[in-house]
Amino acid sequence: MIRIDFNRLRFVIIDDNAHMRRILRTLLHGFGAREVFEAEDGASGLEAFTTQMPDIIITDWAMPIFDGLELTQMIRQPGGNANPFVPIIMLTGHSERGRVLAARDAGVTEFLVKPISANALHDRIVNVVCNPRPFIRTSTYFGPDRRRNFSSTYAGPERRKGGRADVIRQVPLAEKARMVD
Amino acid sequence: MPPPKDDRPSVRTYADHEVITPPNKLIKVIAKRGGFHEDPIARAEAALQELSSDFGEWMRAECDRLHAIRIVIKTTGFTKQSLDELFHAAHDLKGDAATFGYPLAAPIAESLCRLIEHTPDPKQIPLPLLDQHVDAVRAIVREHARPDIEKIASALNERLQKVTEEFLVHQNRHRPGYLDGVFSPPIAPGDKF
Repeated sequence: MIRIDFNRLRFVIIDDNAHMRRILRTLLHGFGAREVFEAEDGASGLEAFTTQMPDIIITDWAMPIFDGLELTQMIRQPGGNANPFVPIIMLTGHSERGRVLAARDAGVTEFLVKPISANALHDRIVNVVCNPRPFIRTSTYFGPDRRRNFSSTYAGPERRKGGRADVIRQVPLAEKARMVD
Repeated sequence: MPPPKDDRPSVRTYADHEVITPPNKLIKVIAKRGGFHEDPIARAEAALQELSSDFGEWMRAECDRLHAIRIVIKTTGFTKQSLDELFHAAHDLKGDAATFGYPLAAPIAESLCRLIEHTPDPKQIPLPLLDQHVDAVRAIVREHARPDIEKIASALNERLQKVTEEFLVHQNRHRPGYLDGVFSPPIAPGDKF
């Protein structure tokens, strides 16, 4: 198992449900994290992102004021804040395929479906630390490279123009979301 | 002031996109071999186990929240705010029930979410069907220690899912294809402890 020093990571967790924030804090402290900041909606989450400069954000999707998807889009504004590359783990009860794809297209780094487990959360955190993906900027997207895998069966045209971009071979987000302990 | 040279992302520019590789500032937290011996996952699970004595109370609080908004809706009818609150309460139950030790309540909360989310005109949601979902969740939580609770919950879930599906199919009859995939198992069933 790859070990990371959680004591040197700063987290912001954003969830309108106080029980879920308590569970997340407990798990992160259990991993060894000491710096865990909480926010209860998208607006205060954005403020916490700006003031606390976290290494990793863990956010819910459905929240008041603006939701986790909108929060992600606000953070993924190149030049708009200090760290548009911050890893964002979306922890949500939404499990439909369309939701996973929408999260991916908003710039979410990892997707984790409730109910939460220590193992799955640890896996996502280790992945963002050890296997960071490059970012892609197009006219309509800024976020982690959405091509996690190279498909030898893809028969369509190369949609990125001007040369073949690197493909970072990783488990696709939807596949990762399916993973169970 | 521009960031120090080492902190700048490298950028490769192509015709219609850029590939940006930010410096990996987190690499410093990867432990050297032999640096840590205790299993962090086991430690986190143990911490969660200590917290679990509160889970029953938390689950009852979530059920009370669902019940309270149901009462509001029955008194004042569906409004955008009450519908949002109802969906949030059901959605939180769907996500939290298994973590709190009541996994049998989660599919019924999920069915209620589906009912709210996919009814084109929320005013058409039958109040008895709303009641049945809320009462089923509360009953499963209240009676979770019964030896036959799994059988009861399964029967309730099966019936509510069926009635909800029939209702949604009827309500969406003018939107062909809209419900495609809505009733299929989610692609991300989630993790279990």
